[in-house]
Amino acid sequence: MSVKEVQNSKESQEYFVNMGPQHPSTHGVLRLLLTLDGETITNVEPHLGYIHRSIEKMCERDSYQQIVHLTDRMDYLSCHMNNEAVCLAVEKGLEMEIPERVKVIRTIISELTRLSSHQLWWGVMGMDLGAITSFLYGFRDREMITDIFEETCGARLTMNYNIPGGLMFDIPSNFQTKVKEFIIHFRKKLPEYDQLMTNNIIFRNRTEGVGILTKEDAISYGVTGPSGRASGWNNDIRKIKPYSAYDRVEFKEITYTKGDSFARYKVRIDEMWESMNIIEQLIDNIPEGNYKEKTRVVIKLPKTEIYQSVETARGELGVYINSDGKKSPYRVKFRSPGLSNLNALNSMAKGGKIADLVTIMSTIDLVIPDIDR
Amino acid sequence: MTRQELQNKILSFPIETSFAETEVETQYLTTDVSAKNTHALISELKNNSDTYFDYLFCQTGIDFPEHMEVLFHLRSTTHLHEIVVRAKIDDRENPIIDSVYDLYKTAEYHEREIFDLFGVKFNNHPDLRRLFLDDDWEGYPLRKDYVDEINIVEL
Repeated sequence: MSVKEVQNSKESQEYFVNMGPQHPSTHGVLRLLLTLDGETITNVEPHLGYIHRSIEKMCERDSYQQIVHLTDRMDYLSCHMNNEAVCLAVEKGLEMEIPERVKVIRTIISELTRLSSHQLWWGVMGMDLGAITSFLYGFRDREMITDIFEETCGARLTMNYNIPGGLMFDIPSNFQTKVKEFIIHFRKKLPEYDQLMTNNIIFRNRTEGVGILTKEDAISYGVTGPSGRASGWNNDIRKIKPYSAYDRVEFKEITYTKGDSFARYKVRIDEMWESMNIIEQLIDNIPEGNYKEKTRVVIKLPKTEIYQSVETARGELGVYINSDGKKSPYRVKFRSPGLSNLNALNSMAKGGKIADLVTIMSTIDLVIPDIDR
Repeated sequence: MTRQELQNKILSFPIETSFAETEVETQYLTTDVSAKNTHALISELKNNSDTYFDYLFCQTGIDFPEHMEVLFHLRSTTHLHEIVVRAKIDDRENPIIDSVYDLYKTAEYHEREIFDLFGVKFNNHPDLRRLFLDDDWEGYPLRKDYVDEINIVEL
């Protein structure tokens, strides 16, 4: 066939392209097998397991204190929330009362984690769409939170601060001033995010109406967190089943109804304002008291089943523990938000272009170790 | 609905279910059902307007010495009540159960994960393959009798 004949022929042939496992926009080792008709995507098939470490199997060997330290290797941008979920589950199993001081500090730390996760997401999303400046802005502001974490627990990435019964250490004396400094700083800087990206015409054209997820699909696929709330589904665990100190703070649950990439983007931006509101309500009211409750060296849960969910930066993280009374659990299951959110990728990306897929991947904010576990 | 109302409602369904009597109240209302009735029960729970469990938030496999279990954690997004459906599969070596993919799309990956790690086969699943491990992997790692020759977990 000559070139002219090919151009005139109406038949098209599907072909397959591997996106990943080494691709900058997959943010980790995820391989997407794309079926393409020209530049239009007809099917997306994720291939997982490149960093599957079988954390659930390891949990069956470990003591409850050790399990906590495995969980921050799952969603490494929501370490504190992951740790908190396991701690709350173990405390629920032991029917333990936690000091008020611990509850408030845990909430502040969780919200700081959410802020730092959203900042990184915002920077990386800009870079996925070709705006390198946003990456620098995001990391500049994230640095202040990372410094606070470093002072409280000694780590800048896989942080371990929560332990069953409370916190590993008390907060340092300058914790409150540093957090307040950060809030003052970030309240000034967050409007810059809007100037740079939100109101940018190129950015709007690439996100508005792209990758629409209906509310029915969001519920059916179990897409939680900011991605689900952008479709109009009120699924915030902090509101539905308040834990730690979320029952005593006032904040809005951010929902949008359009369900497109821009709505998912806006939910996260608005959530950053709400996180700062929550922190401001609590930071001057940290009760005095113990920073941890004494637990036994070897924690043994009674024969029981526990399910504890928390709202991480990506959605609902559930920890299911089945205990048979020994020092290690019989079965642990992590309901990771990433796996369910990824499940909906195909229905969002079908019919779009490859460049739209990058937008959708950024706005559902995947963290691959969270999916693979 | 309260737990008691929910329990009475489920007992009124024309499906054989039971509620375990425990001394300590479990966290969620838990209903036991056999593998062959599971799909019918969950379908009823989803479609009945009083229960309306439209969100499957967790699906877990558990391996016991004599049998295999699949747990379904369900929540209603309108009534906000929750329930756990515990499906018992008697044949531990070749466990088979009906897929709930036609009711909840999220079951696609959850069931592939359970198939991958426990070897539970789901009837009517659109694409039942291993999710995390290689296609030629032998055995099901989360089963209690799985022998890992490299012993990576114990290292």
